[in-house]
Amino acid sequence: MATKKRPKLAVWKFASCDGCQLSLLDCEDELLAVAREIEVAYFPEGFREVIKGPYDISLVEGSITTAHDAERIHKVRRMSKTVIAIGACATSGGIQALRNFKDVKEFARYVYPRPEYISTLSKSTPLSDHINVDYELRGCPISKVQLIETVSAFLNSRKPNVPSHSVCMECKRKGNICVMVAKGIPCLGPVTHAGCDALCPTYNRGCYACFGPKESPNTGSLSRWLGERSGMKDKDIMRSFRGINAYAEPFRKESEAHE
Amino acid sequence: MNKTIKLDYLARVEGEGGLTVRLKGDEVVDARLNIFEPPRFFEAFLRGRRFSEAPDITARICGICPIAYMMSSIQAMETGFGYHVDGMLRELRRLIYFGEWIESHALHIYMLHAPDFLGYQDVIKLAGDFPEIVERGLKLKKLGNDIMTLIGGREIHPINIRVGGFYRVPTKNELNSLSDRIKWAREAALETVRWVATMEFPDFEQDYEFVALRHPEEYAVIEGDLASNKGLSFPISAFEEYIREDHVKHSTSLQASVRGRGAYCVGPMARININFEKLSALAREAASEVKFGPGCLNPFKSIIARAIEVVHACDESLRIIEGYQMPEMPSIDLTPRTATCYGCTEAPRGICWHRYRVDEDGTILDARIVPPTSQNQRAIEDDLLHFVRKNMALPEDRLAWLCEQVVRNYDPCISCSCHYLKLKFERDLDGDI
Repeated sequence: MATKKRPKLAVWKFASCDGCQLSLLDCEDELLAVAREIEVAYFPEGFREVIKGPYDISLVEGSITTAHDAERIHKVRRMSKTVIAIGACATSGGIQALRNFKDVKEFARYVYPRPEYISTLSKSTPLSDHINVDYELRGCPISKVQLIETVSAFLNSRKPNVPSHSVCMECKRKGNICVMVAKGIPCLGPVTHAGCDALCPTYNRGCYACFGPKESPNTGSLSRWLGERSGMKDKDIMRSFRGINAYAEPFRKESEAHE
Repeated sequence: MNKTIKLDYLARVEGEGGLTVRLKGDEVVDARLNIFEPPRFFEAFLRGRRFSEAPDITARICGICPIAYMMSSIQAMETGFGYHVDGMLRELRRLIYFGEWIESHALHIYMLHAPDFLGYQDVIKLAGDFPEIVERGLKLKKLGNDIMTLIGGREIHPINIRVGGFYRVPTKNELNSLSDRIKWAREAALETVRWVATMEFPDFEQDYEFVALRHPEEYAVIEGDLASNKGLSFPISAFEEYIREDHVKHSTSLQASVRGRGAYCVGPMARININFEKLSALAREAASEVKFGPGCLNPFKSIIARAIEVVHACDESLRIIEGYQMPEMPSIDLTPRTATCYGCTEAPRGICWHRYRVDEDGTILDARIVPPTSQNQRAIEDDLLHFVRKNMALPEDRLAWLCEQVVRNYDPCISCSCHYLKLKFERDLDGDI
């Protein structure tokens, strides 16, 4: 056991699928080494013992969808030196933000026989709508490599090396032939944040933007392409932007323009 | 005198949750699985989406078993539109599904469940004393992930699975690259069976009704009819005739039960009880070596059932890879039609049932999804009630530990259906203790 005091890590879950925190347990090669450097102080998915805060780093998965969680996230903030939002739910509200465009009461009546037992907010929102977030890691799910890089950067007081360009750049670097230009497959790569290593185009599929919008995306121009080159109708363009990161502002605006 | 013992968090389950066991004097009056998962309303927002979007959307219900959701929705659409994907594409689907089983079962056996039996708080502490064993578990888990990544593009929410097949199929060489490691994994799985069989199992049995898919030729994973050990046998389209779902106040996940009969149990124990003879020869041998097989009604032994399924999954994966020929087309073309579409596949934790109504353009009009853990909820509560009743004499902290274990026997994937549970004992002590 190391004699120096190890930094304390906490992992929190809000409305989500558990996939992003699973990424941590999926670091099979690194897990035991990481646990030597970091004290896993709070991570109920994998660890029974709870070590009290404050915590040096809190990784937070999930979006805020209930009044209770809207309070709980402030407690997490108060207990944590650094808060890192992990994944599409925590950074944009996630797929459950599709409710934000509809009547959530109708949703509750549709899914539950006793909607009066259900208490939920009308919108699913990212952490940054509620608290100050120190860093956002995108993706549905996040990339393991970026997760380890980010945690290690914060522990060493440096900036994480996580590129913010588009998926197109990743395709170019990989030498992929553009699926949109060559095959007319609709692809959201030009407006989507990098991080997946251009996974979908590598598998002959158009990007569906699970990493959310890149910085200043030209969504209007892409929509014109989707309409003209790929023959998509307005409602299909609307659905493309209204997916896993539907409530991220550039995507929300673009989907509303085609509603 | 009233006394409440409260254990705030049920750890080492996917998602967060808890239980309440209420005792009055020496009588256990109630056991509940409390579920406060913020509802995410998947069924509601699936309406109006294209049929082809269902796999990627429903995958997001669960990061632990996305393949199960993708495959159930895909099966629903394909059969609803009158197609059956066969040959190598079907084999690839089974292979990626086995990847998910290996990953999920190894995660649960080594990281979540084994620490219970051996008295450790978590896998890191377990690794302190048994590094080789934990490393074997992590390596097995990683192999499961690598099968999913090779075929699916990534292990969590794979991108290469679609209605009709895949976007890109692997070459024979790409699949062969996994063979040696799967052979290693098969041996490691056999060692896992022997290892978990040495654990100490509380003496506890329940008269379960087990429900699982059944297939004439296979240990059913991606298709079949539904069957139970108490004589049920029906096509997946009749699910709602036989199974009812109720909404109880202490849960945001609906509770399923067999109509007129009550709780039932899905998952590895159910599959082994119903389909034992369809396991690979090696998996059956491994089971008989540790004297495990159909008829086992001790839920604590589900850890053995999982380990045997890992042997089967490795064995079948190797067989699929050996016989693989790269298909000419990565998927078949489909034309949607107006249909009610049913899908049901065996997630690592048990059957994952879907129903969709789709119009002639392929737009989803209506959706219903029943995840495995909501089906096990009532069985978990029953187990808990009877277990506490039987073990009242144990010291409270030991009893609490074992109660957590009762829940973990089911590998509950609470994020599928539920979230943020609290485990507490409420004891109303009558008399003068």
